[in-house]
Amino acid sequence: MTAELGHFALVLALAVALVQSTLPLVGAWTGNVAWMALGRTAALAQAALALIAFAMLTVAFVGSDFSVVNVAQNSHSLKPMLYKVAGVWGNHEGSLLLWVTILALFGAAVAVFGGNLPMSLRARILSVQGMIGIGFLLFILLTSNPFLRLDPAPVDGNGLNPLLQDPGLAFHPPLLYLGYVGLSVAFSFAVAALIEGRVDPAWARWVRPWTLVAWCFLTLGIALGSYWAYYELGWGGWWFWDPVENASFMPWLAATALLHSAIVAEKRDALKSWTILLAIIAFSLSLLGTFLVRSGVLTSVHAFATDPARGVFILIFLCLVVGGSLALYSFRAGELKAGGLFAPMSREGALVLNNLLLATATGSVLLGTLYPLFLDAITAEKVSVGPPFFNAVFVPLMTPLVVAMAVGPLLAWKRGDLAGALQRLKFAFAAAAIAVLAGWWWLADGPVLALLGLGLFAWVTVGVIVEWAERVGLGRVALRDSLNRALNLPRAAYGMSLAHLGIALTVLGITASSAWQREVLTILKPGDKVDVGSYTLTFEGARQMRGPNYTALQGSFAVAKGGQHLYVLQPETRRFPQPPMDTTEAAIESTLAGDLYVVIGEPDGKGGYAARLYWKPLVIWIWLGAVAMAAGGVVSLTDRRHRVGAPSRQRAQAAAAPAE
Amino acid sequence: MTRKRRRLYMLGAGVAVLAVATTLVLLAFRENLVFFYSPTDIVEKGVAPNQRIRIGGLVEADSVKRDGLTTEFRVTDTANTLRVVYTGLLPDLFREGQGVVAHGKLDSGGQFVADEILAKHDENYMPPEVASALKKQDHWKPGEGQKQ
Repeated sequence: MTAELGHFALVLALAVALVQSTLPLVGAWTGNVAWMALGRTAALAQAALALIAFAMLTVAFVGSDFSVVNVAQNSHSLKPMLYKVAGVWGNHEGSLLLWVTILALFGAAVAVFGGNLPMSLRARILSVQGMIGIGFLLFILLTSNPFLRLDPAPVDGNGLNPLLQDPGLAFHPPLLYLGYVGLSVAFSFAVAALIEGRVDPAWARWVRPWTLVAWCFLTLGIALGSYWAYYELGWGGWWFWDPVENASFMPWLAATALLHSAIVAEKRDALKSWTILLAIIAFSLSLLGTFLVRSGVLTSVHAFATDPARGVFILIFLCLVVGGSLALYSFRAGELKAGGLFAPMSREGALVLNNLLLATATGSVLLGTLYPLFLDAITAEKVSVGPPFFNAVFVPLMTPLVVAMAVGPLLAWKRGDLAGALQRLKFAFAAAAIAVLAGWWWLADGPVLALLGLGLFAWVTVGVIVEWAERVGLGRVALRDSLNRALNLPRAAYGMSLAHLGIALTVLGITASSAWQREVLTILKPGDKVDVGSYTLTFEGARQMRGPNYTALQGSFAVAKGGQHLYVLQPETRRFPQPPMDTTEAAIESTLAGDLYVVIGEPDGKGGYAARLYWKPLVIWIWLGAVAMAAGGVVSLTDRRHRVGAPSRQRAQAAAAPAE
Repeated sequence: MTRKRRRLYMLGAGVAVLAVATTLVLLAFRENLVFFYSPTDIVEKGVAPNQRIRIGGLVEADSVKRDGLTTEFRVTDTANTLRVVYTGLLPDLFREGQGVVAHGKLDSGGQFVADEILAKHDENYMPPEVASALKKQDHWKPGEGQKQ
């Protein structure tokens, strides 16, 4: 029954989406209040129906109902409960259902929290959300129905790919989807504004928190995926410029640009049509990412078994969404009045530079990702565009961005004083110079690029501190007043500082872990010693062992530093019977100073084992930096500004807490 | 500053960044595009030694020889084969009869020296290049290479 109920709920959701995408739109056009209000009801109903469908599939997975094809193919009765649940979205059909569910939830969130939006704008936004919903619901119902039955039902399921049986990957897709789909709200805001033909600072203020929410999730999702690749794939790498990674990185770059341009639209009523365009592009890139991942058109280390017919559907949908919204944009953008003037050297100017560089970076990642496809289609030649390409293009584009990151916040709106800003950054200059010299002195064996990375880290870190000190008047007014000012700074200011510090930390992690990594690849016999970085590892031998649903070869390495025994690392290679597959489980000892990373390979038949050992200095900061970025987004979200004009309930709370 | 002039500045900045980016992309493309060859391509087209390429096909049955960290095997597209040598840990899914893609260079003796062997997440997955290389030899059916 559950599967049929889920299927039925999806069909109902499609019907509701059809209503949601038309009636409120017509209502907003003709001024019919009842029809406009229908958008809210429909959005809530759609969310409820999507949740029912998702719950039904979850029930089928948790109860191992193998009469459902999807469960039989992707689950197994012996699988731990966490992965039975994660298995719901660990496959194509289920992950699309998750996508639709999140989309409907975002629509419902707009309906619930959008009480302060003008009625016609909210009706149009919900209609556009409904249209996106139609596309994906049709996609599920026509090509990827997760509720199909299997008769006769098999005794047990095929199991989930063992690589996916990992807590990191269990939560990676939901986070990523919350980010991807969250951008649909910014998209709907943009399209609704184009239909309305009006963009004002209030619009930018409404759209920013939604983008911020999506951006935070996307940041965490990408970071989690990267961390998963780092510890699970056993290659010690954390980013491969793989098409599937790029697919999530491009929307992130575009969303980052959007966050910054929306500030200009809000504060200065400028860059409005560009902000609209970015919102459209950001969500289009999310859709493109889905297409690339789900259609299997690209060679990828992450490619799962895929179906080209489905790719065609998404491609058509992608063309409709991108083509339709861009056509609307070209038709309407001219009517948006240009706003406030500013000199090139100003806060606005710095944010324009940010947008230029981020947009160019997005474009070059897009080109590098799609170029193999084009070449294959035109000349049938197979090429791959690997990390060297992306590094060669990306690093020169990001360097000025990171340099400008410290300067921009010190410039005034409208007309800034660059000389003054640079003068105030003298400590940052000094710090960067010291970092470069220290790096050159202590770690002379790294590449020159590493010194640049160290310099950028110090520059941004001290730049952020200088900017904060400026704001609170540190040294200019009494310490007490500074403290007061610090407490009263808008949360958005702290959010920005935190996010920018996050970038600095990530730059540091990337620089140190790639420039000063130590790698040893060798054959070890029990009792052999090997030095990695400042550690000495003794191979104590390997043994066969049995896990809950796998067998494993487990090696033991005693780790010592300066003759003192510290701990034992036990890397494994696991062999899963169902589906048959081997996985590498690296043993990682993570500290803030660096990671010791040990992988054991196959026996050489003469009593030795292949082993790969790494020392990766400061590598953890790559992801801690990403967490800091997302935390900055969350802090910024709590800014009082976003609650201005919010429903009276929140105003009452604010009044009840005068300390805030 | 007039609106027109501001627009001009922004346009100028945009064009400048784009020009730099295009230069970077073109330079990077020239040096970093890696072409794919099947064993038959290598026989027919001829590839200069020491040029970075990718090769792929099926790992030929009974061809894998290991000596310490060095593994030698043959890659076949059923018409031609190529000797490959690789030093390092092999990916989890490396098996005889399975599809494989390797990065590296040909040495002067016609042997392929791989510095990277690609792993896949999924045992049902056939790298598209390998599938198409096998298809050219009329020997590939969907699903082949999955089962041992």
